[in-house]
Amino acid sequence: MSPEILRLVLDATLDTLWMVAVAASLATLLGLPLGIFLATSGRGELFAAPALNRVLGFLVNATRSTPFIILVVAIIPFTRLLVGTSIGTKAAIVPLTIAAMPFIARLVEGSIREVDQGLVEAARAMGASPLQIVAKVLVPEALPAIVLSLTLAIVSLLGFSAMVGAVGGGGLGDLGIRYGYQRFMPDVMAVVVVVLIVLVQLVQSTGDHLSRRLNKRLRHG
Amino acid sequence: MTLSIRPTALVGATPLPSEAAAIRFEAVSKTFAARGRGAAAVRALSGIDLAVPSGSVLGVIGRSGAGKSTLIRLVNGLDRPTSGRVVVDGTEVSSLDERGLRDVRRRVGMVFQHFNLLSSRTAYDNVALPLEIAGLGRDEIRRRVDPLLDLVGLADKRGRYPVELSGGQKQRVGIARALATRPTVLLSDEATSALDPETTRSILDLLASINRDLGLTILLITHEMSVIRAVAREVAVIEDGRIVEHGDVFDVFTRPRHPTTRSFLSTETGHALPPYLRERLRPEPVPGGAVALRILFRGPHATDPILSELSRELGLDLNILSGSVDEIAGRPFGTLVVSLPNEPATLDAALAFLAARALDTEVIGHVA
Repeated sequence: MSPEILRLVLDATLDTLWMVAVAASLATLLGLPLGIFLATSGRGELFAAPALNRVLGFLVNATRSTPFIILVVAIIPFTRLLVGTSIGTKAAIVPLTIAAMPFIARLVEGSIREVDQGLVEAARAMGASPLQIVAKVLVPEALPAIVLSLTLAIVSLLGFSAMVGAVGGGGLGDLGIRYGYQRFMPDVMAVVVVVLIVLVQLVQSTGDHLSRRLNKRLRHG
Repeated sequence: MTLSIRPTALVGATPLPSEAAAIRFEAVSKTFAARGRGAAAVRALSGIDLAVPSGSVLGVIGRSGAGKSTLIRLVNGLDRPTSGRVVVDGTEVSSLDERGLRDVRRRVGMVFQHFNLLSSRTAYDNVALPLEIAGLGRDEIRRRVDPLLDLVGLADKRGRYPVELSGGQKQRVGIARALATRPTVLLSDEATSALDPETTRSILDLLASINRDLGLTILLITHEMSVIRAVAREVAVIEDGRIVEHGDVFDVFTRPRHPTTRSFLSTETGHALPPYLRERLRPEPVPGGAVALRILFRGPHATDPILSELSRELGLDLNILSGSVDEIAGRPFGTLVVSLPNEPATLDAALAFLAARALDTEVIGHVA
């Protein structure tokens, strides 16, 4: 493989990492509070707001049931409004964030709901405010599960980011399609797949390791 | 024991009369609204009047579903009464909003059956949690948490996570945490129900010493008479949301009036008949047999030589079937089951003799 091709692979990898990192950060920034709210706003819960809870729940489901490739196309006007263009890595970040945010919210909601209600009760008995309960009990106790959720979201984003390549999004998917598929260069395709596999493995094992380190329910010997 | 953990609310506050109630329930009822279609509303408590004297230990005993958990949760406002008033340390808790309750909750510590420790925090940090919530600085938190870990005997476990602690150690962390904000009242919600007998004993000893040395008022709920017996001064028996019996532990243990109380006591010393005796006992007279009589020795008479006097004065042949002398709430309490000839005159004379000495008697059956 020529140095030029290697150069392309390296650039595409960096593009992918950049897209995924920014999209994951933004989606976490928005999805984490949304997930916490979804988990605590049901009837009789900390921030009881059942109507809002149902509306947000519906929006989350609607976004999640839209196939990613359709979502990318459907929000092109919004993407253009936000970043001024609908092609390239910068533009790809918008649909990636919007797809990952409800995904993260649902996963975080599940993680928070797994926290023993007895702990919430104990915190209430100590005189904790709802925000203190979230910050000092729910999030720290759910953290190992949240880390695994974010890991899953990042892995999914790696897959999605390859898909935005199909609509001119840049990154590894774009490289694979333009060189591997359209120019009949199976070796480029193979390298793209291998790099993606390595990235997914790295993300997953880092996430697993971090989650285990944070999980004080396990005995560390 | 360090003096620095003496509850502040007792110091410097207007001195309360010693009879003042730390917790008072006035005509308290609680009904849980029906959940879902076709479900009926559940009446958990009805017409509860109960006062826990300041500095005392009151144990509420009841079967599961009797309403005891609801009762204890009304004290710190985790639940609200449907009607009636709950007054804690002069504050009417039942009328406070959530914000007002947070303040009261810092004066009321709570210990839970399943400890409810945060798995993500060490023993030290679990005890520190209520202080962080109260907004104390790091140094002040350290000044309070260290002596508390000493008090509960876990100074060497301060950096351990709950998963590394035994059940008893976890409950000790739970108790230290409940004491962190220097409350005047401690609520114990089945604190020993998940522990083995030996650990239970040590936790109850700890609660008793906290009551004695720190002057905390303790309200505990349990389904075991042995717990009441080990720490409580007063006991209230709850059934179907009502208090069916309430009094001094010694009185209730030695003269239980309500059937529920009796059934709770049935396995306690002095109330349980040994199996060999239970098998021999018949409800109807046995031809040529004898009457089995239970005599309860309470307090000052518990160690008097009454049997030999009875035998001498009435010329009776008494046969001892079973017996025990025990201590309840620091006072001696004895039980004897004796058999005497089944003749009405003899029996009446014996009962009169014992009644004259203020002993409780009960014919429990007949033996061959």
